[in-house]
Amino acid sequence: MSNNPNIPAPTPGTPQIKKRRLSVSLVWLVPIVAALVGLSMVVNSWLQAGPQVHVSFQTAEGLEANKTQVKYKNVVIGTVTKIALSEDRTHVTATINLDQSAEPFTREDTQYWVVRPRIGANGVSGVDTLLSGPFIGADAGRSEVTKEDFLGLESPPPVTYGQKGKRFTLHTDDLGSLDIGSPVYYRRIQVGQVISYNLTEDGKGVDVQVFVNAPNDAFVTDDTRFWNASGIDVSVDASGLRVNTQTIPSILAGGIAFREPNYSPDAKPAPEHYDFTLYNEQETALAPPSGEPKFIRLRFNQSLRGLAVNAPVEFLGVNIGRVVSVDLDYDPKTQGFPTTVGVVVYPQRLGSAHGKLVKQIGGESEEQSAQLIKRLVDQGLRAQARTGNLLTGQLYIALDFDPKAPKVKFNPNSRPLEIPTVPGSFDKLQEQLQAMVDKLSKLPIDSIANNLNGSLSELQRTMKQVNSDVLPQMRGTLEELQNTLKTANETLDEDSPARQQVNQAMDEVQRTARSVRVLTDYLSRHPESLIRGRTEEAAPGSYKGKSSSRNIELESQP
Amino acid sequence: MSKPPYARELKVCLCHICGFACPQDAHECPRCFSPVHVRKTNSLARTWAFLIASIIFYVPANTLPVMYTSMFSGGSENTIMSGVIEFWQHGSWDIAILIFIASVAVPCMKFCVLGTLLITCQRRSCWAMRERAKLYRFVEVIGYWSMLDVLVVAVVAALVQFRALSTIEPRLGILFFGLVVVMTMLSAMSFDPRLIWDAEVNDVE
Repeated sequence: MSNNPNIPAPTPGTPQIKKRRLSVSLVWLVPIVAALVGLSMVVNSWLQAGPQVHVSFQTAEGLEANKTQVKYKNVVIGTVTKIALSEDRTHVTATINLDQSAEPFTREDTQYWVVRPRIGANGVSGVDTLLSGPFIGADAGRSEVTKEDFLGLESPPPVTYGQKGKRFTLHTDDLGSLDIGSPVYYRRIQVGQVISYNLTEDGKGVDVQVFVNAPNDAFVTDDTRFWNASGIDVSVDASGLRVNTQTIPSILAGGIAFREPNYSPDAKPAPEHYDFTLYNEQETALAPPSGEPKFIRLRFNQSLRGLAVNAPVEFLGVNIGRVVSVDLDYDPKTQGFPTTVGVVVYPQRLGSAHGKLVKQIGGESEEQSAQLIKRLVDQGLRAQARTGNLLTGQLYIALDFDPKAPKVKFNPNSRPLEIPTVPGSFDKLQEQLQAMVDKLSKLPIDSIANNLNGSLSELQRTMKQVNSDVLPQMRGTLEELQNTLKTANETLDEDSPARQQVNQAMDEVQRTARSVRVLTDYLSRHPESLIRGRTEEAAPGSYKGKSSSRNIELESQP
Repeated sequence: MSKPPYARELKVCLCHICGFACPQDAHECPRCFSPVHVRKTNSLARTWAFLIASIIFYVPANTLPVMYTSMFSGGSENTIMSGVIEFWQHGSWDIAILIFIASVAVPCMKFCVLGTLLITCQRRSCWAMRERAKLYRFVEVIGYWSMLDVLVVAVVAALVQFRALSTIEPRLGILFFGLVVVMTMLSAMSFDPRLIWDAEVNDVE
């Protein structure tokens, strides 16, 4: 078919010879490049691979292998690659592949927790995880030692790494309504929160760790008082009813407030992890320090109904302590049931008196205070259960000097110290009342009543006589009196003829008097007229002109 | 029964492009001026090279994630196999089978078929020549459909972009999978099926 007429026959010539210099085809570059790319990726991923850690959680709720991310400050630093039950099936272990840059998250004190939506009194957190599903939050530690197995937290740590502020430890008897995350207030501004709590080693108290954020941690001085600001504090005093609360969340969720006392001259900022006492209320917290308590026992031979634990103990009206126990005792000698009351007194609450007494006895040891109390007892110091509130019958213990009290022997070597007692004020009152009632019961009430009865019937008879005889006569008399008064009234009436006659008579008299006066005047000027009769110039007209004003008035009258 | 003559005996060879019967010693097709070879040059070596490259690329294509799905319930990266397993576990076994066939079975089959063809041709085996020729045609036909996975990822990644609600992003694995498909296609193209039949006679070159 080479002799196709359409194309010219190929001219013979030197054949085009292509000679390959390399015996290996260039196409082999393709798999080599592919292998290089694959190799480089393997190397790269091997270099990029970060550490792997195992974190154990109580539950794997919401966690998914290859899906759940590990975040720090919302930046993904790793992924959960495997979730498995622990061998004893008490918890789950999540294997986490961290990024290479997440090396600090293998430090020993690194914390891991699951971020889930949380709704509490302090607010709502983790809402975004409602849609996106939970993720694991991480907080790098600062230890030098690294490890692979971690114990995951069940709730997020309140304080993250690098947050500025200080931690303090508060000691309290019980936790109350505090919880992790409960706010810490300073002058009602939230400056920190509770980060953890635990029982003390002996189990007799609670240590609460709080974190106060910078820069407000500078306000915590070594003299600062912390108190539990949960709930509502209602107090009634001379100025009326007062309700004192912190903020609404603290009422619901509890909280801690702190403040320094008004007078704290040389307070220094407290160092980190400084220990404080957590008081139950602001008043006790801000009170001057009570100092060491002293236990004293009192023995009363009376019923102490109304004396409760925590009732105050007052020395001359100053609250120096409280009742801690009220126990019934049996005395085989007298076969009585005395009441033993244990009280705790704080001598420092006596203020400057305490200082002077200490100076006087030269120390504050147990022996010396026993000697001091002995001296006071010799001076008449007695304990007495008094009624503090007449309505409720609440009792309190009063330590007072009673010079008339019978002498008692005080044993300064007994422990606890025992202060002699005198019967309470209410008991005395009761005795006096009893005596009065006895006297009253001795009165001859029966004979008195009989006498009274006779007198009363006599009186009744008299009254009957008065009613039947005297009263009708009295009535007639009164009627007549009324008639008389009516006649008198008519007589004196304005229009009565008698009255008019009197008026006329009076006018006559007036005129007569005037004539007489004119006559006397005329006579005093013309005495001769008595003899001569009236002269011409002495006519009444000339007289008229010289008349006084009073005369004119009289003349002008009709 | 007399067999038709071989082209070699008539001293002609076919142009690859226009099918013109050129003289055997021609280097260019007299009609369309494309290069003319009696057999594809260096066919076996090229096929081998592309095949090996595709096998190498097949490893990262399967181990690296091909797709990142971020729904509001969190994001996750899926490799081809994990996607298949996920579909299977969620009850969509039909989609799972489809993806498995397109993404795993077909490439693997191509590796096997091409490897078999290459080895038998090199050994000049006369075993099942007709079937081997059919296999080759089959490989050429399904070659195009191997891009299904790449296409799905491309379309889905372009369409599903709802910001916070859900996003789908392609990952490096799909690039390698695309390279695997390209390499197997190149490999299949480099192979000269006439080599299968050369075992009947002495080698031409």
